[in-house]
Amino acid sequence: MLNTPKNEKLIEAKGLTKHYGDFVALAGIDFAVHKGESFGFLGPNGAGKSTTMRIIAATLTRTSGDICILGKDPAERGPEIRAHLGVVPQQDNLDQALSVTDNLYIYGRYFGLSKKFLRAKIEELLDFAQLTEKRDVKVETLSGGMKRRLTIARALISEPEILMLDEPTTGLDPQARHILWDRLFRLKEQGVTLLLTTHYMDEAEQLCDRLMVMDNGAIMAEDSPQGLIKKYSTKEVLEVRFGSEKNAGVSDQLKEMCERIEVLPDRILMYADDAEHVLEEIRKAGLHPVTSLVRRSSLEDVFLRLTGRSLVE
Amino acid sequence: MSNKTIARQGSLVIVNTAQAMKRGAWYVTEARVRTLFRWIFSLLSSSLLNPFFYLMSLGIGVGTFVNARAGSTGIDGEKYIVFLAPALLAAVAIQDFMSEVTFPVLQGFKWDKTYFAMNATPLTGRQIALGTYFASLIRTIGSVVLYFAVLLGFGAVNFGRAWPMMLTSLYAAGCFAALMMAAAAATENDDIFLNLMGRLLIMPLFLFSGTFYPLSSMPWPLQTIGWISPLWHSTELGRWVSYGHQISPLMIVIHFTYLFALLVGGLLWAFNRFEYRLTK
Repeated sequence: MLNTPKNEKLIEAKGLTKHYGDFVALAGIDFAVHKGESFGFLGPNGAGKSTTMRIIAATLTRTSGDICILGKDPAERGPEIRAHLGVVPQQDNLDQALSVTDNLYIYGRYFGLSKKFLRAKIEELLDFAQLTEKRDVKVETLSGGMKRRLTIARALISEPEILMLDEPTTGLDPQARHILWDRLFRLKEQGVTLLLTTHYMDEAEQLCDRLMVMDNGAIMAEDSPQGLIKKYSTKEVLEVRFGSEKNAGVSDQLKEMCERIEVLPDRILMYADDAEHVLEEIRKAGLHPVTSLVRRSSLEDVFLRLTGRSLVE
Repeated sequence: MSNKTIARQGSLVIVNTAQAMKRGAWYVTEARVRTLFRWIFSLLSSSLLNPFFYLMSLGIGVGTFVNARAGSTGIDGEKYIVFLAPALLAAVAIQDFMSEVTFPVLQGFKWDKTYFAMNATPLTGRQIALGTYFASLIRTIGSVVLYFAVLLGFGAVNFGRAWPMMLTSLYAAGCFAALMMAAAAATENDDIFLNLMGRLLIMPLFLFSGTFYPLSSMPWPLQTIGWISPLWHSTELGRWVSYGHQISPLMIVIHFTYLFALLVGGLLWAFNRFEYRLTK
């Protein structure tokens, strides 16, 4: 077991691997999560994010390497670790036949919480999840956003040390996503350690203090969202379209005008600290893009740089 | 957020980990029983109407015909309804216990995936299995007691003598249910499982376990179905305690031992499958 100072690193992994037969889901990763921080795993489907989350949640055993959660090895002391985690899985697994309140109550009992404590806690969580009016409604009749909020509320019933969210807003409409982000912000303000996976850049930028970019079971980079952008991209990006057949043809000419270029099937991304200037140069060269857009660099650009692939494909 | 927020203490303060780990199976039982109470009226009505109709149609209806043919010797020396009662009680115990351990398991692993939510708490696979099992036992005790009361109402049993029949029925049902719980946990395809259970298991067991006539009156190849059927073992024990059906002491030991083997094998298999499915 790794030696972790209490109240410092809540999670520490070294050389963590997971193999399914010949398939390598995790290829020996190292990371640490500190108390009170909001840590994100960013990567496309199959990157190894959910596998890492399940190992941390003490519901999947690793193949090799060390991992220590709250000072304990999950392979040996799973239930003791799980007593202090709040888990929001990718797919809601609420009891559809029970009411909103019953789902919260029953879950709280699994942690051995007293009926008296739960009565007050459930009121608080119904309020937090904006479900007070739906308290006696069966879960199967709730909307997707409401179910997601209830799943998060359920994970908070035991006031966990670490709240783990696997793709918390996938499948939700923009309004529901924003409500959820707002709730997660509040938790962050209360000092809850958040651990989340996402393949949404905006979500990662909004919620995470620190990010680990993953691909094919390996860590590509790790830093704050701004740090990653600074390190792996330019300040600005110029997106130009010349029409899908011409994009490749002009790329050699454009390459000279910027620091880096990415030719995608539908558009060309030109990386530079002053993108407006690049656009002027293009026009001076007598090239006329069909559309052009100047924007700030995002995590999507970081991911493209690191993996050569777009994050959302 | 409103004034409903209570000061956060954190799980390290509010969760008594040792206690939660120790009582896990009980918490699952409690949750399951709470769920069952949502259906209490439909459970109660089926537990009362089911025996009522069975006894009216078979015990009294068919019974009148059988009693007339059997004459003074009766079936196994008794009126048909008395002969039938232990088998019906055994059958309902098996059926209810089995339903309560199979459907929640399919729901937990396949339909709602609630077992995965449970396993994200201090609960272990073994505790989830045991809790599901205990809750089913409680529900089956309810149906067996109600069924017995209806049997009493029909004069099919004598309370002072036949009450241990409730125990033998529960024992057999519980032993077989352990095996069925494991089978449900092992199944990946719920459609096939439910079809097999309904058509290839329940019906043949009901028909070839000496339920409606003594097993010995069937051709011997069909009797073999009875020998492996928990319902036959349960019915034999039930008839023994209900009206003194003749069984050798060796057979009594065989009945109890065979069922006990199902219980032990079933539970071990179930624990193994639960842990496997949850950590796959």
